[in-house]
Amino acid sequence: MEVFVQQLINGLTLGSIYGLIAIGYTMVFGIIGMVNFAHGDVFMLSAFIALIFFLILTTWLGISSVALALLVVMIVAMVLTSLWGWTVERLAYRPLRGSFRLAPLISAIGVSIFLSNFVQVAQGARNKPTPPMVPDVIPLFERNGYVVALSYKQIIIMVVTAVLLTAFWYVVQKTSLGRAQRACEQDRKMAALVGIDVDRTISLTFVMGAALAAVAGTMYLLYYGVVNFADGFVPGVKAFTAAVLGGIGSLPGAVIGGLIIGLIETMWSAYFSIEYKDVAAFSILAIVLTFMPSGILGRPEVEKV
Amino acid sequence: MSAVHPTSVAPTSDAALTGGDVSAAGRRGVDLAGTLRSAVMAALLMFGLAVPILLLRTEQGPGGGLILIPRWNLVLVCCGLVFLARLAIGLLGGDQGLFSRARTRKATITVSADPAKQSGFRFAAVATPLFVGAAVAFPLIVYLLKGGLAESRYWIDLGILILTYVMLGWGLNIVVGLAGLLDLGYVAFYAVGAYSYALLSTTFGLSFWICLPLAGILAAFWGILLGFPVLRLRGDYLAIVTLAFGEIIRLVLINWVDVTGGGAGISSIPRVTFFGIPFTAGEEGFAARFGLEFNPMQRVVFLYYLILVLALITNLVTIRLRRLPIGRAWEALREDEIACRSLGINTTNTKLTAFAIGAMFGGFAGSFFATRQGFISPESFNFLESATILAIVVLGGMGSQVGVAVAAIAMVAGPELLRNLGFLRAVFGEGFDPNEYRLLLFGLAMVAMMVWRPRGLISVREPSVVFRERKSISGSLVKEGHG
Repeated sequence: MEVFVQQLINGLTLGSIYGLIAIGYTMVFGIIGMVNFAHGDVFMLSAFIALIFFLILTTWLGISSVALALLVVMIVAMVLTSLWGWTVERLAYRPLRGSFRLAPLISAIGVSIFLSNFVQVAQGARNKPTPPMVPDVIPLFERNGYVVALSYKQIIIMVVTAVLLTAFWYVVQKTSLGRAQRACEQDRKMAALVGIDVDRTISLTFVMGAALAAVAGTMYLLYYGVVNFADGFVPGVKAFTAAVLGGIGSLPGAVIGGLIIGLIETMWSAYFSIEYKDVAAFSILAIVLTFMPSGILGRPEVEKV
Repeated sequence: MSAVHPTSVAPTSDAALTGGDVSAAGRRGVDLAGTLRSAVMAALLMFGLAVPILLLRTEQGPGGGLILIPRWNLVLVCCGLVFLARLAIGLLGGDQGLFSRARTRKATITVSADPAKQSGFRFAAVATPLFVGAAVAFPLIVYLLKGGLAESRYWIDLGILILTYVMLGWGLNIVVGLAGLLDLGYVAFYAVGAYSYALLSTTFGLSFWICLPLAGILAAFWGILLGFPVLRLRGDYLAIVTLAFGEIIRLVLINWVDVTGGGAGISSIPRVTFFGIPFTAGEEGFAARFGLEFNPMQRVVFLYYLILVLALITNLVTIRLRRLPIGRAWEALREDEIACRSLGINTTNTKLTAFAIGAMFGGFAGSFFATRQGFISPESFNFLESATILAIVVLGGMGSQVGVAVAAIAMVAGPELLRNLGFLRAVFGEGFDPNEYRLLLFGLAMVAMMVWRPRGLISVREPSVVFRERKSISGSLVKEGHG
């Protein structure tokens, strides 16, 4: 029981991070129907940006308040990662609009390889550890000598995720940009005909996805305290699994999917075998795509002749 | 996307709708101020992108924590390069690049009915015997140029590597190019072939020549096994599921330590034999039997010809299969699955045979890889390998056999040449290692190819069915299939 509660807390934290990344996948797939394979690497890049700005703030500027540092780091990482997201879309995906259907996917694989190796060349192949941030924990209860604890880190991650998701949901549901996005998602040609700037809307979708990935990257760095250039691939695939599981194209679905994947991963590690946790994630991906491709909240894809 | 109409010029629907002032700059001549503005913006963007990642390198400090090392020179050089590149694009190529006012560019597709005008078509016809001849004579040429077998070892090894990728590319081409099923986990079958040979030979002592067909059969079996669940998936989803299968197989190879040796891999795999005669210095060895002087290079040259023959068999089988009903069914499936089904083609069998035959050639290549290396570990079968092989097929122009060979040479030999360019070290300083940039450039090349030549290096197809006269088909008219 106590192990289960602890794993539940850990799983929800991890799931929040996956959910944030999954939104980037689900929005891009919804609007232009491509799997943005490079999104996991954008996430990794943002963790590096967060790491570097955290170091600037603590070692060069000598800011001692971790809360202030984290806030500044998160905002800077969101801005700079958005810049990357925008550039990638502009240079690698936009020229391919109207090309054959697999071209964007192949281009995205190229971007993914480029980004991870760019970070490797620029920052080195070693793991980059940070000093532990926010190490305090709140013990919830104790039984049989096993203390179930909720750490401040986990609270921060869950709260930040919830706040940003609410803000984001507001943007998509209530603003004109959100309306434009939903219109493009339904029918790009019609949206263009009624005067929506489709290119700009798609660009902004990538920017929003990248900004949320940057939040996830900052939270990842806060949670694990270490980042490596190869850290984009597996979380990226898991987040994509989350997006598919929740129903691709659906924003609440992405979050629900992220939480489920996070829970499955931590429970699997705790009760079955930690070595095979990635196998579990990949198997879920294959099973979901094969047997329930519309996911939990997605609309079934209608085949038109 | 809308279907491309097979007549003269067809702008894509989106370009027609959203494109406001297409190539406005092109009509008015070069707009200098605008170009300059765009170039400055591009340089500023580069600066923004470079600020954290390039400017500040994190290093392990003396106290154990990370310290930051600023690199202003590097960032300024990068921004300058981007500025000049954007300026050059603006001045030379009309204003269509980053930050240009011309919004979208028109995609045009031209179709020529005259085969003589299609240079790629003739190129393919001339290139095939040329390539085969060059490949057969390659060890001899290198031997003469380098003046000795031992000296030419590096080049023959490179040749073996290239041919391995040519074979893998041709094998994957059956699945991707002919049947239109995008497979991102092809390396799984390569791994199955390699581990089949390694395990069969080290545990049961079977020879390479027995294991080679066995490895192919086992890989084909795995192809069918992994093909079943993905039968009803299409396009991107198919790609992602095959990717997941590839990763699952790799993770199982890493974690199932009792059988596969885990991350440490399997070592001391028996070397290839000349149909039972080992390449050793002893009495029973190849050299002694044939009255030659012993030379370790004999094995390497034999490996070269072995992979050449295996690759040519792959090619021959593919060409023959294209003319058989099954090959035509593959291509029909690639063009339109629904039409295929309504014509009574069994799509299940068609897809499974494509997976099985593609996987079989992957298995052959895998067992060749194992006997050549003598050591295999799961690290050789990661996603990057799959991406490389897929990139070869895509860059070659999906479905074109010669294109795949050209692309394999470019993708494998290109980085090797980069490694040997000594003058780069003189330009960038002593610590410069071009090999670090191999994958970086590889990723860039994949994007650049998709942007500029999405139909690959050889973008014409030879028709498999001919009515009266031979007409070449533009690659733009060949669908990529939806899986």
